[in-house]
Amino acid sequence: MNTYKTDVAVIGSGAAGLAAAIEVKKAGLEVLLLERGIELGGILMQCIHNGFGIKEFDKELTGPEYAQLFIDQVNQLQIPYKLDTMVIEIAFDNKLYAVNKNEGLIEIIPKAIILAMGCRERTRGAINVPGFRPAGIFTAGQVQRFVNIEGYLPGKTIVILGSGDIGMIMARRLTWEGCKVKAVVEIQPYVSGLLRNEVQCLEDYNIPLITSYTVTKIHGKDRLKGVTIEAVTKDYDRIIGTERFIECDALLLSVGLIPENELTRDAGAEISSMGGPVINNNLETTLEGVFACGNVLQVHDLVDLVTAEAKRAGKNAVDYINTRYKKKLKTIQSICLFPGNNVNYVKPDNISLSENIHDIIINLRVKNPDRRVQINIKDDTNRIIYKKKKSYVIPSEMIELNIKINEIDLNPNCNGLIIEVIPLLEPLIE
Amino acid sequence: MKECEDTGIIKTIRCIVCPTGCLIEVREDIEGKNTFQGYTCKRGLEYAQQEFFEPKRIMTTTIKIDNAIHPLLPVRSNKPLLKEKLNEAFQIIANTTIKAPVKMGDILIKNITNEDVNIIASRDMEKK
Ligand SMILES: Cc1cc2nc3c(=O)[nH]c(=O)nc-3n(C[C@H](O)[C@H](O)[C@H](O)COP(=O)(O)OP(=O)(O)OC[C@H]3O[C@@H](n4cnc5c(N)ncnc54)[C@H](O)[C@@H]3O)c2cc1C
Ligand code: SF4
Repeated sequence: MNTYKTDVAVIGSGAAGLAAAIEVKKAGLEVLLLERGIELGGILMQCIHNGFGIKEFDKELTGPEYAQLFIDQVNQLQIPYKLDTMVIEIAFDNKLYAVNKNEGLIEIIPKAIILAMGCRERTRGAINVPGFRPAGIFTAGQVQRFVNIEGYLPGKTIVILGSGDIGMIMARRLTWEGCKVKAVVEIQPYVSGLLRNEVQCLEDYNIPLITSYTVTKIHGKDRLKGVTIEAVTKDYDRIIGTERFIECDALLLSVGLIPENELTRDAGAEISSMGGPVINNNLETTLEGVFACGNVLQVHDLVDLVTAEAKRAGKNAVDYINTRYKKKLKTIQSICLFPGNNVNYVKPDNISLSENIHDIIINLRVKNPDRRVQINIKDDTNRIIYKKKKSYVIPSEMIELNIKINEIDLNPNCNGLIIEVIPLLEPLIE
Repeated sequence: MKECEDTGIIKTIRCIVCPTGCLIEVREDIEGKNTFQGYTCKRGLEYAQQEFFEPKRIMTTTIKIDNAIHPLLPVRSNKPLLKEKLNEAFQIIANTTIKAPVKMGDILIKNITNEDVNIIASRDMEKK
């Protein structure tokens, strides 16, 4: 069995893995990138539409262009990578086992690991629908790969369940390719993706958006023949008598993404309720020396934020190797973060304060859209130690707070903080 | 007085410049002059005017490529293209096949619909 020693092993070469590896290499340490696909770039390679890089490069790039800029850097810095190589285990002492066609089983012995395995599409929404399971039911991302990379179409007449960005972008893409998109069906009363995509992908092509409806029956035995849709209340109960049949030969599911963490879970890391690993403010999981970034940690809507997070993970892995590797860690104060009113989740899950920590980046998503709100961080005595106003919040947009430790009044005995989003009473001046 | 001459709303445009999503109404009077209402800021007005008089879109699609690791190469227009010319541009791209290798930014189709817009490669693609 071949064995490789390196300072940092990065699992996955999407936007997150590429940026993390570059950061480590630039700091002068050795890094090895491991990718199960046949090329670098991850999901970006199939996202051929534009809209990437507005924050990072101040330009609207396509997914492949965004990836190419980082792949060029990987080549310039001569960062070693292994393609067609799937990591199958994170073993004791952070050893990795992987397989590829040429070498069979290989062993990698790194000092630190960066997890950048991305996410996978949910299939929820189809699972509970009665009917046979005929050919013609796909996830939106699967179809994105078929159409944009492999050159196949999923069918001729299409219904899309879920109004996430990937679903809406595929509605336009399939229309361009000559398919008839009959409807985008959304169970919630509002679109779940960006307004821009609703206007430029659906309205531009007169594709009907049917909100507060869901698919309740699948027709066809060998091949999909159509779906029945039905209206739902705001608690998602079906409203009798609202059934409508739509003929179609393909159904695309765009019902959200979930971090891909089988490896992480099997290694014994704690996983939070949203599917990503539990992390502290260093993006370090509950396994020492194992860091996480990108969609494997939390589902991001903007690749620019993935890049920023991955750079932090790279830098923290370097700091870990230079200062803490094989030494006992001394934390001054450990604080847990909890989601409060209208908050779906918060990252990190806990903060370990030490002398060299000056600022903390907190990410959160709201449960429900709202306008004119205040984001509060309260300590365990219910005292507000940080607040920020926002003119609107929506679940599809991740919120980032950058908190300077010396600017907040943190009680040294505090061991829990609650983050809440509450309606603002006084008028907001923007 | 002005109100009476008004022939009413001829188009509504949802502004996508920011998530507020203002509904901007375009009216036309008897002389054919257009007025815009409902925007909150200048960027919104500029967007609505562009969208009303001359809507344009960046075009992103794929083109057939021979002798490469994939059968398709992602491409884009280097600048926004008139919306009404999109279909024509798609037809031209659908009838074109290129050869590997290519580099990101390579011009594959020059001046596609005579608007000084080029179709360029969105990534490198090696020979197989
Ligand atoms: C379909 C889709 C459309 C999007 N559209 C936009 C958009 O328009 N604008 C925008 O800004 N953002 C968009 N995003 C968000 C953003 O692009 C992604 O969040 C970002 O690219 C994710 O990067 P990542 O590195 O975390 O994950 P990925 O790109 O998914 O990379 C993960 C990589 O890890 C590899 N991997 C997984 N497990 C293993 C293993 N065990 N061993 C080896 N390798 C492994 C995978 O093969 C993959 O290459 C979109 C996301 C998706 C999914
Ligand atoms: S008009 Fe101004 S405020 Fe309204 S959506 Fe457009 S950019 Fe936003």
